[in-house]
Amino acid sequence: MNDAVLRALVPAVIGVLVRRGADFATAEDAVQDALVEAVRVWPDDPPRDPKGWLVTVAWHRFLDSARAESARRRREELVDGEPEPGPVSSADDTLRLYFLCAHPSLTPSSAVALTLRAVGGLTTRQIARAYLVPEATMAQRVSRAKRTVAAERLVRPGDVATVLRVLYLVFNEGYSGEVDLAAEAIRLTRQLATGIDHPEVAGLLALMLLHQARRAARTTPDGALVPLAEQDRGLWDTRLIAEGVGILQAALARDRLGEYQAQAAVAALHADAPTAEETDWPQIVEWYDELALLTESPVVRLNRAVAVGEADGPRVGLAALAELDETLPRYTAVAAHLHERDGDPALAARLYAEAAHKASSLAERDHLTRQAARLNQR
Amino acid sequence: MAKYLLLKHYRGAPVAVNDVPMDRWAPEEISAHVKYMNDFADRLKETGEFVDAQALAPEGTFVRYDGEGRPPVTDGPFAETKDLIAGWMLIDVDSYERAVDLAGELSAAPGANGEPIHEWLELRPFLTEPSTVTE
Repeated sequence: MNDAVLRALVPAVIGVLVRRGADFATAEDAVQDALVEAVRVWPDDPPRDPKGWLVTVAWHRFLDSARAESARRRREELVDGEPEPGPVSSADDTLRLYFLCAHPSLTPSSAVALTLRAVGGLTTRQIARAYLVPEATMAQRVSRAKRTVAAERLVRPGDVATVLRVLYLVFNEGYSGEVDLAAEAIRLTRQLATGIDHPEVAGLLALMLLHQARRAARTTPDGALVPLAEQDRGLWDTRLIAEGVGILQAALARDRLGEYQAQAAVAALHADAPTAEETDWPQIVEWYDELALLTESPVVRLNRAVAVGEADGPRVGLAALAELDETLPRYTAVAAHLHERDGDPALAARLYAEAAHKASSLAERDHLTRQAARLNQR
Repeated sequence: MAKYLLLKHYRGAPVAVNDVPMDRWAPEEISAHVKYMNDFADRLKETGEFVDAQALAPEGTFVRYDGEGRPPVTDGPFAETKDLIAGWMLIDVDSYERAVDLAGELSAAPGANGEPIHEWLELRPFLTEPSTVTE
């Protein structure tokens, strides 16, 4: 039994405890204790029914944690009230947990921390390392998040969009720590997709798979960014691309377009091009038009300007860019690219240097600086 | 979720509104100042936004390579007038606006006469890893 399989059981086990009457925070702690016990005991004595084993151990931990006299009385009532064994839908419990952990009352960072811990089954230490903050800081985030949702009832599923936003945040964090957050986000989204039939869940899963497929080609071994047009397409994971495209097509066929499906469609068109030159830019522009209708995001309009530049030439791209706010992140980088293609290397070099100055990531800054240096060599 | 560095300067920053050297404060004013800073850090630990805080000694030295086989050159110990960092606090917050709010709060630490110092703090975002999705 590997770590991922073990972690996949976590939300269902918490869900069972909560349904039996445990409060969420204590249930979550009890399940973490049970996981530690499982790691210790299972190698020598593997259980026949891992989930049943975890439920039993976690339930006992939960009962143990109530020690005071008043808690003891409550415990006896809970034991009395324990439901009869019988079939229950564990998918249902898991789903409720997703919605609880992404509850709109939580800040984005708290929702992410709680989701990774309660749904993902990661330890606080692992989450802290992934986000490069002290373990005590992450522990506070998790416990505050638990306090915030303690008053929320595990009732009907809430807003799917909130859950998807949290999963996308996790995915975008990438992979700086010992836990690969992108892979973790994919795992959680897959699990969500098995329990909920929604085209946008499928759209997000497709989007993540299509980006993940290109991951090996996105950076050099020493960490430098490789732009899409220069990526070695032989490094793209064709299995993930095929899976992502398949999921996306099924979702699109249901004719309930949403932003993740539209973004995935753009990613699929990139993935589908045998060379950068053969990219279907006109169709990408159309998808960005759809996206602009679905979201207010200025980033979409910026990306659209890039696509327009490729589809209709740099002049038209620059005209589209001119309609946007110059203070947008990466605006200057896009302007530099379009001016270079328009045959003005001096202006492009200056803009690349300016864009490097404004870059928010080290790899992006180095990449833009190299672009400026390349043009200044001529 | 972005990290910001709040930089406190001995010099190099614009002059504080309530600009009285610390050695001319009353002892209890210094205690109140220190307590304010500690309470601020504790509160950020509670909210899960604290990453690190350190104070630095007031004198820094510039050091430079001076060629093969030669000891490095220093400009010390009596440094020229230059930007001197007094210390830092590192926070991890949900937005730039939150970072500005917290920096403002830290800048209100009490100084002479128990009045807020209104000192200038430098707020610097960390360069991050590129996100998984940028195209």
